[in-house]
Amino acid sequence: MPENKSSISVKNLSKTYDHTFKAVDDISFEVPAGSIFAFLGPNGAGKTTTIKMLTTLVHPTSGSITIDGMDPTRDPHGVRQSFGIVFQDPSLDDELTAYENMFFHAGLYGVPRGETAAKIKDLLEFVELWDRKDNLVKTFSGGMKRRLEIARGLLHTPAVLFLDEPTTGLDPQTRNYIWTYIKKLNEERGLTVFFTTHYMEEAERSAKHVAIIDHGKIIASDTPANIIKSASAANLEDAFIKLTGRKIREEEAGSVDHLRTMARAWGRR
Amino acid sequence: MKTNTLYAIYILWLRQLKRYFRSKSRILGSLGQPILFLVALGFGLNSVFAASGQGNYIQFLAPGIIAMSILFTAIFSGIEIIWDRQFGFLKEVLVAPVSRFTIMFGRTLGGATVASLQGLLTLIIATVIGFRPDLWLVLPAIVFMILIALVFTALGTAIASTLEDMQGFQLIMNFVVMPVFFLSGSLFPLNTAPAVLQWIAIFNPLFYGVDGMRAVLIGASHFSAWTDATVLVCISAVFLGIGSWLFSKIRA
Repeated sequence: MPENKSSISVKNLSKTYDHTFKAVDDISFEVPAGSIFAFLGPNGAGKTTTIKMLTTLVHPTSGSITIDGMDPTRDPHGVRQSFGIVFQDPSLDDELTAYENMFFHAGLYGVPRGETAAKIKDLLEFVELWDRKDNLVKTFSGGMKRRLEIARGLLHTPAVLFLDEPTTGLDPQTRNYIWTYIKKLNEERGLTVFFTTHYMEEAERSAKHVAIIDHGKIIASDTPANIIKSASAANLEDAFIKLTGRKIREEEAGSVDHLRTMARAWGRR
Repeated sequence: MKTNTLYAIYILWLRQLKRYFRSKSRILGSLGQPILFLVALGFGLNSVFAASGQGNYIQFLAPGIIAMSILFTAIFSGIEIIWDRQFGFLKEVLVAPVSRFTIMFGRTLGGATVASLQGLLTLIIATVIGFRPDLWLVLPAIVFMILIALVFTALGTAIASTLEDMQGFQLIMNFVVMPVFFLSGSLFPLNTAPAVLQWIAIFNPLFYGVDGMRAVLIGASHFSAWTDATVLVCISAVFLGIGSWLFSKIRA
């Protein structure tokens, strides 16, 4: 894959909620095709809003986005076909088996029916879940679910893979495992990877390019090495703290958290 | 594109069915209530009902209880969108290259199929308990079951699309589901009821479902089966429209 072509191109992108709250404020960045790009920032900085705009879930207030040559606001279905996503929260159907989750995804994305079975096998073997394909997802560990979500996100052969905090809550072994997969995908299949994380060492180790967003604005965008150097920091975590400050960002518990508590009480999951 | 949309609808329909058949405990659990109603009310009030010259109460009650089990299952499978939404699966569907209407439609068809199956199970149980319909009239009754299921799955979807979480669930139970059931004439004949109740029933979709089923199953009804069916078809079209409009407003 040529490095000069941009897979994701964002220009002067803004999102204002309720005419007052600027969640994302005039950001611009480029993600070269075939690269691994880390999008970092404290809680509430605008990461998730940006990902939602890139993935057609939220309409931008102003600015332009191009993904794989298409505009998410004008051609949402085209863009949806061209990316895969692993959300921050699990998005599998627990009551279905691993294979069924894959099969339904293929159906929704119009994967040619003749190719579906072979593709599912290939990807489930890739994330080492083929022998568990007929197990219900609710019996899976957090790491297995993540691997399944990555496999599912790749099923329709996207050009870009979005990973929103793919390793949160996983033990170091599983995190290491997952990064091995992601790098392999990037190297072997030329996949562009756009990810967010709170583990700075992951970004430092894996990303070719890092952008740091805070209060809706991009405050640094460079290679990890350059960011560390210009902040005269020891590592990326140090640089991140220097750039974004030490103050802890509080996030209010949303309805999701309430519901999760309730669901646990009901024994659904 | 066209075949793709149809296939996506099929996939979403299939998902609802797989989930239904997989949860055996839920199937059995939701049969408990209709059985209780049929046995307790059916046998308990039979003599009173007969003494007032209205005939066999179980014959009268069974279509109402079948409608009830469809109503509950249909509303719940619509409401399940809230779970899907908060536990993520909906996000997976919303970023898929499929229109919102397709998603809503496939899901509603699936939910309605499940609710109809639940109605059929209740019908079988009712015949075991003592309900005696004309066998060949069961087929048109199934048409009414499907219509009831469609109307209320679409309604459930519409309500669920406007709710953030399950906090509003109790509200729906007490102010939508229960009134719809108790004021539909499922449990008592409306023609001898006060005029207020009759008026309320006219605006209750379930009334037309129960009335239609009674028309074909036991040959006693307010309106003709055709009138009931026409009203139900219109209501389900309206609810599907409102439901998909509200569903298209969902933000992941």
